[in-house]
Amino acid sequence: MLLRHTPKEITDRAALTINPAKTCQPIGAMYAALGIHGCLPHSHGSQGCCAYHRSTLTRHYKEPISAATSSFTEGASVFGGQANLLQAIDNIFSVYDPEVIAVHTTCLSETIGDDLKQIRIKAEKEGKIPAGKTVLGANTPSYVGSHVTGFSSMVKSMAGLVEPTGRKNGRVNIIPGWVEPCDMEELKRLMDLIGVKFIMFPDTSGVLNGPLSGEYAMFPEGGVTVRELRAAGDSIGTLALGEWCSADAARWLDARHKVPCSVLDMPFGLAATDRFIDTLRTIAGVNIPEQVAHERGQLVDMISDMHQYFYRRKVALAGDPDQLISMTEFLVSLDMCPVHIVTGTPGKRFEERIREITGEAPCPVNVRAGGDLFLLHQWIKNEPVDLLIGNTYCKYIARDEDIPLVRWGFPILDRQGHQYFPTVGYRGGLRILEKILGVLLYRQDRDAPEKSFELVM
Amino acid sequence: MTTTTSEKQAAWEPAEVKAELLARYPAKVARKRSRQILINEALENTTPEITANVRTTPGIITMRGCTYAGCKGVVLGPSRDIVNITHGPIGCGFYSWLTRRNQTDAGPDGENYMPYCFSTDMQESDIIFGGEKKLTAAIQEAYDLFHPRAIAVFATCPVGLIGDDIHTVAKKMKEKFGDCNVFAFSCEGYKGVSQSADHHIANNQLFRHIVGENDSPREGGFKINLLGEYNIGGDGFEIDRIFRKCGITCLATYSGNSTYDQFASSHLADLNAVMCHRSINYVADMLETRFGIPWIKVNFIGVHATAKSLRKIARYFGDRELSDRVEEVIAEEMPEVEKVMAEVRPRTEGKTAMLFVGGSRAHHYQELFAEMGMKTIAAGYEFAHRDDYEGRQVLPGLEVDADSRNIEEIRVEPDPDRFRPRKSEKELRQLTESGLAFKEYEGMIPDMEKNTLVIDDLNQYEAEKLVEMMRPDIFCAGIKEKYSIQKLGVPMKQLHSYDSGGPYAGFRGAVNFYREIDRLVNSRVWSYMKAPWQVNPQLSATYQWE
Repeated sequence: MLLRHTPKEITDRAALTINPAKTCQPIGAMYAALGIHGCLPHSHGSQGCCAYHRSTLTRHYKEPISAATSSFTEGASVFGGQANLLQAIDNIFSVYDPEVIAVHTTCLSETIGDDLKQIRIKAEKEGKIPAGKTVLGANTPSYVGSHVTGFSSMVKSMAGLVEPTGRKNGRVNIIPGWVEPCDMEELKRLMDLIGVKFIMFPDTSGVLNGPLSGEYAMFPEGGVTVRELRAAGDSIGTLALGEWCSADAARWLDARHKVPCSVLDMPFGLAATDRFIDTLRTIAGVNIPEQVAHERGQLVDMISDMHQYFYRRKVALAGDPDQLISMTEFLVSLDMCPVHIVTGTPGKRFEERIREITGEAPCPVNVRAGGDLFLLHQWIKNEPVDLLIGNTYCKYIARDEDIPLVRWGFPILDRQGHQYFPTVGYRGGLRILEKILGVLLYRQDRDAPEKSFELVM
Repeated sequence: MTTTTSEKQAAWEPAEVKAELLARYPAKVARKRSRQILINEALENTTPEITANVRTTPGIITMRGCTYAGCKGVVLGPSRDIVNITHGPIGCGFYSWLTRRNQTDAGPDGENYMPYCFSTDMQESDIIFGGEKKLTAAIQEAYDLFHPRAIAVFATCPVGLIGDDIHTVAKKMKEKFGDCNVFAFSCEGYKGVSQSADHHIANNQLFRHIVGENDSPREGGFKINLLGEYNIGGDGFEIDRIFRKCGITCLATYSGNSTYDQFASSHLADLNAVMCHRSINYVADMLETRFGIPWIKVNFIGVHATAKSLRKIARYFGDRELSDRVEEVIAEEMPEVEKVMAEVRPRTEGKTAMLFVGGSRAHHYQELFAEMGMKTIAAGYEFAHRDDYEGRQVLPGLEVDADSRNIEEIRVEPDPDRFRPRKSEKELRQLTESGLAFKEYEGMIPDMEKNTLVIDDLNQYEAEKLVEMMRPDIFCAGIKEKYSIQKLGVPMKQLHSYDSGGPYAGFRGAVNFYREIDRLVNSRVWSYMKAPWQVNPQLSATYQWE
């Protein structure tokens, strides 16, 4: 047993987090910033933060992750990091020549109270930011929120680049939230198919799922451009996918620049995708092409074909709020029973949403925001499940308890495909079902006595 | 992929490469970097001098990590029966959770906290009002849940800034529990200039709080400690296998697959064998001063180095039976290694490698490449000091700068009761005269060929330039560097955590490494970079359908 010290009996813990179901804000800011074209994320803190974030993102994507750091030493920590950041901006533009530097703070620079805005203004005054280049910043102290809120903060800073001209451009801003590059690609495909003109930010497709061709471009083709971001202030509206990841930026654009917004759940699964497509239809005033209905029908078809394998199967889930909300809804719609749901990200609203979604469910449901995988494991020991959905760290629980695991979320360090095969939209729904069925039916095959081993399933 | 090795080597001059690496930097950065980039020239009896262990320039995309990473991640991370609590916001604990591939065997006692991550997950209110209360409660909760042998606390950046007194908290809890040692590490990420600072901090605290805590006699002949071996990919298991076969008893490995009691009784050993000089030489020195245990440098990366190290250990003990056994083991193990070496060598001979990793590995792994007939054309460390490059003779002349001054130096005195010189002055002199060097490490540079490049704290920009200009057949560094190098069409092997696979130490490890490098440098994938229409883009005629 790998997690041999985890007792079945659950005791209250007020201070000790064990096996977290979240990480810190800056990595989310770094991931979001990679979705800006020509952007070098910059970590304003000590070297280790940047090294850790780059390593984790690299392991997840198997792609180069470039990001710079202010390399704080003890001196900088005492006297403030302004000199380090000014020097860094200068060096970055000289050596790497990005279009954009997206600075995020860390617990170190936040604790000593560095003022990013003031440092940026100073850099501008001192001519350290070449003409036409952009420096933006987000406050992401690691002791607040989680990687999800850090992502959201950087997205909000991106929205801060808008320069409304007063003339509407007929486009829809779409904030996809922390989804995979291929999910962003799939959302773009759907919007193209439907005929909606859009500005998507951030957009990591083409940045973090690039080809191997013998050439290395530090700044690949993908990403939302600063020009597009400026134009986002003239869009007819903003669709924010995910309350936790995307809503702040959308609401800010609404309040500040009168760009109206709708906040939707992330389009994972049938119902959430239905709402997404239907909203697109109404805000853009278009008819939905037959192709989209066809894809939807295929998803419904597979649900119907395989319903017997889903029905009343108990599921435990760990991950991030926006993803878990849509996934839980999807599982309920399959007549599965999500019984234990944990996110490390704080926020009681999450628990309420899950309670709403599972209100009619036939099994009691454990849900915790600000929980950890240790708690999830204890819940599972008390009420075993048929399936576990979560990131790679869940494999320790899955092995100990002999539960099939579908890897979904962040980070995935031991399997491939998440960069390339989307799980958003109807087609993504098919892939989620394929993955769930794959592990459930493999398990059934593995455990079936010889006399009842099935050829056709 | 048509360039041959000989063409590649003819294509660069070290001085030109150096100039090109520096060309784009602002003047101040270029001046600093030029002192960290050295063309290895054979000087009269001296090793050329390099600048190392200095700050990384802000904005330069460095390979380095932080002090916390060195302490919690590297040195204490692999100890399996200590509950390691990160005191700080959640990230640091999360990122150092199981990511280094230290293999661990839970052993007969079954204590193994390696798959766990413990953190106080500090929140804004803890930063404002102080985190000591939460830390105290977290230690209590860990104790109540697990009753471990020991609990260690690791400070992250904000802890030092807000002034949490983690050492007092640890001391109080230790006294309260009575049966659980609690100690803390002030390893805030901003300290020092790299992971290296915290190797030192970790060494100090290990020595202060654990070493010598257990005096119960340990069974076995030829008792040694292996210092600076972290059992990445099972390296330590392979070395243990060889030791057992030779009849050498390894009391403690610092710190792969280690336990509290191993550290606690490591003062009972008669010799310290140092693998990674950078990360652990402090403990070696302290064990010698306090308990009288001499240390020698060893290297189990490469079969010749492995054989040499075993012979050094045998010579130290001066026991005929042990020497004979070591020779038997070497003779037994070598045929399989030589078979594989001979099999891969025609495919690897003459190929070139670059190594930018760690504080020892950039040196150690040159042995393995040489055994395959591969030449290391450029190498450097991520966080080493001048002594790791040039040898320990430079130590007395090293200037202590502001960043190093802040790292505590423990003053160690001989233990009044337990100091016991393992060898008399005369014996030590005789052994030294016979060629066994104590407290000696000659560094990487003397082992490298003339006109090779030695570069300290290589960064992403320079790595890319080096690969473009010198086109090595393989590049070795860490995970962050892996894919930018491979995008250029050059295979990249991680030598921190080995990607996958291992062990690479000892005899069986060498076999694994030969096969792995053969696989990488001769992989077909590097020929797939261009599609047919990219190779022949000119459409000379349209295809005629029949």
